[in-house]
Parts: sequence; structure tokens; C-alpha cells
Amino acid sequence: MKSMKRLMKSLIAQRHIALPACLMSTLIPATAKAAGLAEHVFELPSGVELIRVLTLQDYNTRVVIIGTTLLGLAAGLVGTFLLLRKRALLSDTLSHATLPGIALTFILITYLGGEGKNLIALIIGAAVFSVLGTVSVIVIQRYSRLKDDAALGIVLSVYFGFGIALLGIASRMETGTAAGLSSFIYGKTASMLFFDAVLIGATALGSAIVCVLLFKEFTLICFDYHYAATQGWPVMRLDFLMMTLVVIVTVIGLQAVGLILVVALLIIPPSAARFWTRRLKNMVILSGLFGGLSGLLGSTLSALMANLPAGAVIVIMASMVFIFSLAFGSAGGLFQQMIERRRLTNKVARENLLRKMYELYELRDSAQTASQIEEGFRFEDLLAARAWSSARLRRTLKSALSAGMIQGDGNQRFTLTDKGLHEAYQIVRKHRLWEAYLITHADIAPSQVDWGADAVEHVLDREMIQKLEKMLPDLKDVKIPPSPHELQAAQSVT
Amino acid sequence: MEWTFLDSWIVITGALSAMACALLGNFLVLRRMSMMGDAISHAVLPGLAIAFLITGSRESLPMLIGAVAIGVLTAFMVQGISKLSNLDKGATMGVVFTTLFAVGLILIRQAADHVDLDPGCVLYGAIELTPLDTYEIYGYEIPAAALTNAGMLLLNGLFVVILYKELKITTFDPALATTMGINANVMHYVLMTFVAATTVAAFESVGSILVIAMLIVPAAGAHLLTDRLPVMLVISLLIALASAVLGHVFAITIPVWFGFRDTSTAGMMGVAAGIIFLLVFLFAPRHGLVSRLLNQALLALKITRDDILGFLYRYNELTTTKPVPVKAGTLRNALKLGFSINMAIWDLKRAGKLVTEGDGVRLTTLGEREGQGLVRSHRLWESYLCEHLNACPTDVHLPAHKLEHFTDASMQSQLDHESGHPSQDPHQRRIPD
Repeated sequence: MKSMKRLMKSLIAQRHIALPACLMSTLIPATAKAAGLAEHVFELPSGVELIRVLTLQDYNTRVVIIGTTLLGLAAGLVGTFLLLRKRALLSDTLSHATLPGIALTFILITYLGGEGKNLIALIIGAAVFSVLGTVSVIVIQRYSRLKDDAALGIVLSVYFGFGIALLGIASRMETGTAAGLSSFIYGKTASMLFFDAVLIGATALGSAIVCVLLFKEFTLICFDYHYAATQGWPVMRLDFLMMTLVVIVTVIGLQAVGLILVVALLIIPPSAARFWTRRLKNMVILSGLFGGLSGLLGSTLSALMANLPAGAVIVIMASMVFIFSLAFGSAGGLFQQMIERRRLTNKVARENLLRKMYELYELRDSAQTASQIEEGFRFEDLLAARAWSSARLRRTLKSALSAGMIQGDGNQRFTLTDKGLHEAYQIVRKHRLWEAYLITHADIAPSQVDWGADAVEHVLDREMIQKLEKMLPDLKDVKIPPSPHELQAAQSVT
Repeated sequence: MEWTFLDSWIVITGALSAMACALLGNFLVLRRMSMMGDAISHAVLPGLAIAFLITGSRESLPMLIGAVAIGVLTAFMVQGISKLSNLDKGATMGVVFTTLFAVGLILIRQAADHVDLDPGCVLYGAIELTPLDTYEIYGYEIPAAALTNAGMLLLNGLFVVILYKELKITTFDPALATTMGINANVMHYVLMTFVAATTVAAFESVGSILVIAMLIVPAAGAHLLTDRLPVMLVISLLIALASAVLGHVFAITIPVWFGFRDTSTAGMMGVAAGIIFLLVFLFAPRHGLVSRLLNQALLALKITRDDILGFLYRYNELTTTKPVPVKAGTLRNALKLGFSINMAIWDLKRAGKLVTEGDGVRLTTLGEREGQGLVRSHRLWESYLCEHLNACPTDVHLPAHKLEHFTDASMQSQLDHESGHPSQDPHQRRIPD
């Protein structure tokens, strides 16, 4: 067995394969001892260091922080339109598709005797291939039965595979050193140069200007592409321009944060911004701010603490902004959704209670037991009147009491107040109008309309009621239309 | 090219992992969730790191469990967030997997504190190294990666065979599945679990990009070749196998042509799969680009031929004396066509429906009969449309002009019957027999 391994090793050696030392089992080398989570305490910076970083005294840190902030800003702006065009994952595909462009450019330049790591040339190569990738996605979608997800996946993996193969060749070239090309995959934020920051700044400025100038046009093609086309807008060209912006931001961001994390900067800030506003203008501004903030916080944190890769920290910062927005956003955040749902449930429950009490009054009226009305209803009467749990009914009674809709005496008997009675009139009227509408216009049997009206009565607004009154002229001036079906004092359990 | 048993093992390992991925990929592609494979394979990174940090060992099992757990979590988070918040599913996927990837990068940096570490292996693996790590079974030394992937392929095969009906129904009609008592949601997460496990098993040897390529590309190619699921499964496995073999061959031959030694097999497997897909995309018999364009061209040619015959028949009808030959140029101007008319004329002559006479062409008896049939169809349609639609007689020409090309004898007699055996069309022209 030993001899066999030796043989294999010699075979590999013969072929001079420059092996990437990275089998999964060697991803974390045997020599690395897991020290346990407790020992992995991040080294906290000293006070002096803290001040140096925060006041941007260090030249390197200054460049990195300004560069990443501007990058986040640009990506946030452009990403908003990408998100609204429902193309968020296209950024993933086109950033992966840049790799063969980078590797090929490097190989060509080195072959021609130049300096392979010419940043501008590499960026142009990357841009060309990301455009090619985008075109491939569109061609596959347009000319085959495959859907967009498959088209994105195919282009992403095949282009990236090609890139890896070319990178393999580049790393085995005798002239020129390909080391550092992989920084396009993972980014090398910490070693950002002044020139990089200037490039990013120019990109951010350029994309901001384009977004402002073409704001109306971009809005139009985001929300109604085909309408824009029928209105005679050059939609194809606008779309192409929008995608060009995305490509530029992607390739500029590549070497700053790497090709996977630049995707995060394009997708996460606009996704977070969406939870705060429904207006595109605000969303674009907010998304840019979130992106910039993530870049600022991430790179500062990474500068303060050793061993934190800046690109990853920037993305984590963006994710935190996203999680906060998802939870507490004022336009569709989970917390707000929960409050609204609870408010609606309470409103429905209270309206149900008021209507039920009114109907019980009606029943007693017809039974000529007017004296009982004064006494009010016991909890048990109310509980039996509708299929609700006693806990729910107790909660509803409490809220109706505090809203002054009902009053209770010491014997736990409840009556409607004037305010409650007025509210009850409204809701009963809505209920009966809708029932009448269902009977006369939808041909539904009177015995079946109670349920339908029960759901709809809570959402009828003034305008709808006016429409109903117009359709049901008999009931227009009737304060409380009679119930078309028999009312029951107690819900029969079926 | 120099082929050793080392190369054989590389190809075998690659093929096994590729086929394990391709099998599940079919269901991802059909469910329009291809990018879920991408998301999961990026997102398992923190699972590996967490497993290492907790257990402190590099044993495969804890890592597998950690990675699968995070993979399934990814599926849950994507589903959950997009459902709760109404955010676009693609965007949700992007948010979740990039975040997890970033967490993974940080954790790995912490886990392997003092060692030089290249997370690149997660992306492009090191299939070239897999033959070094072997197990001995019955005296044979088998690479561990080949065993892992064979096991995964077997598991996936069993999964697909045993739950074939459920997978099929939930893929094509989740609503029907629900009415039949099959929980589509549960199937979704079971499938995601298998995808995560396959991803981990495969990228230990071949890297996550190859995993994505093999999940999506063979299945997408197979989808263009057939409409039947069992056939699609088999074809996707064959494409995966071919990609693995060709990929390694490419990796050790193509760079040699340019004076280099060799390159990454994983990358070239992706390229090979891409080339196979491109060929299928272009040349698939029914759904391929070329066959579609060819069908369009053939149809266009048939219509041009019909128009020529119809035109010449009408031309003969109008001239009472012996018909004069018509020049190709005249035809071209009359029918407002381009160069394709020459091809159609050549085709008609070959079929014996036209003959050259002087500097023009003339209908043969065969051609005259076919032209007559077309004109009869045209005028019958006009009569029919006049009879049954209120669009008479100005608006009936264009629809009739389109329909005449697809009208056979039985339809002619039906039209004739429906419009009461007319002898003249609405423009007072005789309807030929």
C-alpha cells in the first residue's frame, strides 16, 4: 500500500501538477487544532488603535474605508433596479462569468510579453465576459424551452468552470505569476490601493448620475416594460444601459470584495430598503445608504480586529441591516405585519361582538321580553351565540369595554352603550345589505348568505355601501334592514 | 496523451459525483429551482466550519451532518422569508446564500487560525488529488472519494426509484399531489436534504462549481432532448458521464496544444458539460435551435411554392389565349419576395410542377392541378368566411390567403358543403373544381 502511494506521488510529481493544496480534508489541515469556541475570542483593539482607525489617520485604512463605502453606495443604487426587474440572481451569474475574462486577459497579456496583472485590462476582460454571459442567458431563455433559473445556472457554472480551467493554465505558465488572480474570487479588500478607491469613486459617481438622469425611464421599465415599449421608449437600449451599470459595478467590486460577495452588495441593500418604503425614489436612496453604511461599518470593524476578512464582514453588516429591516421595516416588516394582523383580528372580533349583541336585542324584542334588555347579557349567553372561544370572547369584551362600546355591571351582565349601539347599527346594516345583495344579485339562497356576509362586512367602506344602496333601492332609506334568515340565540354545534 | 490508472480513478470519481448530482438536478430543473442548487452549494460552507469548531475533528461524518443541516436551513430560510415578506424569491436566495457564505469565510478563518488556508478548494476542489486518499477493500485500493460518491449515487438512485411517483407528481402538479394526499412541501424539503448531502459528498472531491454545473447542465440538456421523465433521467446521467470523461481528457490534452502541461479537471468538466449542452441546444431534434429554424425555413419555402403555383394559375385564368411564360423577376415583384423565390422555383421544377420555357416558367399539368387546388381552397375559404362572418367581401382575402396553405381535400369538401356549394367566390370569380 505504501509503495502504491509512493507511485502515485511520483506520477504526480512527474507531471509537475501544481496541485492546489486544498482537498476538503486538507481544507482544515490536520495540524490545526480546534481550540474550542471559547478560545476563539476576537482580539479587541487597544484604545489608541481604535482612535487611529475611527479618525481615519492611517492612510491605508482611509483608502479602504472610503473605497468600500463608495462601492456599497454604487451597488445599492444600481441593485435597486436589478431587484425590481426581478433579476437579482442575474448579478450572481454575471459575476461568476467574469472569471474566464480575467484569466484569458492575463494569459494573453503575459503571452504577448506584458505585465499580466494590468488592472484596467483585467477589468475590461471581465466586463466583456460578463456581457457575454448575460447575452448567453438571454439567448438560452429566448430560444429554448428552459426557464430563466436553468439559463442562469448553466451560464454561471459553465463560464466559471471555463474560468477555473483557464486559471489552472495561468498558474502553470512559466512567465508571469498568476498568484493574486484568485483575489478576484475572494477579494482583497484590505490591500486596496488608492487607484482602486479612485476607480470605485468614479464608478459610484457615474452610476449615481445615470440613475438620477434616467430615473423616470428606469422606473418605467422596472414597473411596466411592455407599456414603456408601446409608448415608444427605447426599452431595449434602456435595459441594456441598466445592465451595463450592473456589469460595471460588478467588475469594479470584484477585486474589492470578490465575485461572490459583490453579489451580496447588489442584492442585500435593496432587499432591505424594500421593507421601509414603497416609493422607488426613497428606495433607491435608502438602498444606496444601506450599501454605503455596510461598507463603512464592515471595513472599519475589519480594520479594528485582526483576522476578520473585510469582504465577509461587509456582507455580514449588510445582512444585519437586512434582518433588522425584515423584522422592523415600516413597509411590510414582520413586526408591522404582526401588529396589523392583530389589529385587524381585534377589529373583526369587536364588530362580531357588537353585531351579535344587537341581534340578541332584536330576538328579545320580537319575543316581547323588553324587560330583559335592561338586564343585559350574561357571558354564557354571548359565548353560546357564536362559535368563539371563551378566551377570545373575554379579550374582545375587555377591549370593547375600554373603548366604551359596552358597559358591564357587577353581575357580569353586559349592555351596549349609546356609542356601541351606534357602531352596532353600522355593522348590522353592512351585514344585511351584503346579504340582500347576495340574495338579489348573486342568486344565493337566504339560508346561505350569513357566512358570506360575515366575512365581507368588516371590509365594506363607505363607497361600497353607496354602491350597494344604489343596487338595492328598496333598502336605501331603511335604517336597519330585516334579517333575511332566522336569527338564533345560540350557535348550534354541528 | 499519457493515461495512467491515476487518470482512470480521476475520471471514475468525477463521473460518479457528476451522475449523483445530475440525477437530482432533473427535479431541480423541472421545478424551476436550479438556482437553489447554487445557493445550497455556497451556503454549506459555514456548516463545515461549525462542525469543525464544535467537534474539533476533521472526521467526515460531523462535517457531512453540519453541511446538510445548513443546506436544509438554507432551503427553509429562502422559502420562509420569501413567503412571509413577499420578497422576490431570487433576491431572497441571493440574500441567504451570500450571507451564509460570508459567515463561512469568517468561521473558516477562525477555525484554521494559524495555517495557510485556501478556501478555493471549496469552489474548485482538487479532483486530481483524490486517488491519493484510499481505502482498501478486498485487497483493492479504492479512492475514498470514489467510494463516497458511489454511495451518494446509490442513495440518490434509491431515493428517485422509491419515491418516483411522489417526486413526479409534486414536480409537475403540486396541487394534484396535495389532493392525492402527498405533501408537496415535505417532498420539497426531502429533495433539498438530498441535494445538500450530494453537494457535500461531491465537493469534497470536485468542488462546488462542478457540483452546480452537474446539477443543472446535464438535466437542462436532457430536458431539451425528451419530454418523458424516465428518458430524461437516463439521458442526464449519460451527459454527466460524458462530461466527466471528456472533461479530464480536455484537461490533459487541450493545454498541451498551446504549450502548457495541463489544467483543472473540475473546470474542464464544466466546460465539457457546457459544450455538450451547446450542441444539444443547437441540434436537438425537436427543441433545438437549428431544427426550429430549419422547420421555419421549410414552412416558408412551402408557402412560397404555393404562392407561385397560385399566382401562375390565376395568371393563366386571366389570359384567354395560350399562356405566356412568366419571368422569375415578374414573379418576384408580384409576390414581393426576395431571393427565396429562386429556390422555390428550383424546387418546383425538380418536382415537375414548373418547366422553363423561353426566358420564363410555365405550369405543367401537375403544377396546374396543384395551383387549381390552392385557388379552390382560397376561394372556398372566402365564400365560407363571407357566409359565416360579417366581413364581406373586403376583409376575407387575407385570412383566406393564410388558410389556403393548410387546407386539405376533406376540409375543401367540408367548406364547400358549409357554404352551400358556391360556384363563385365573393369577388365573382369562378371557384375551380
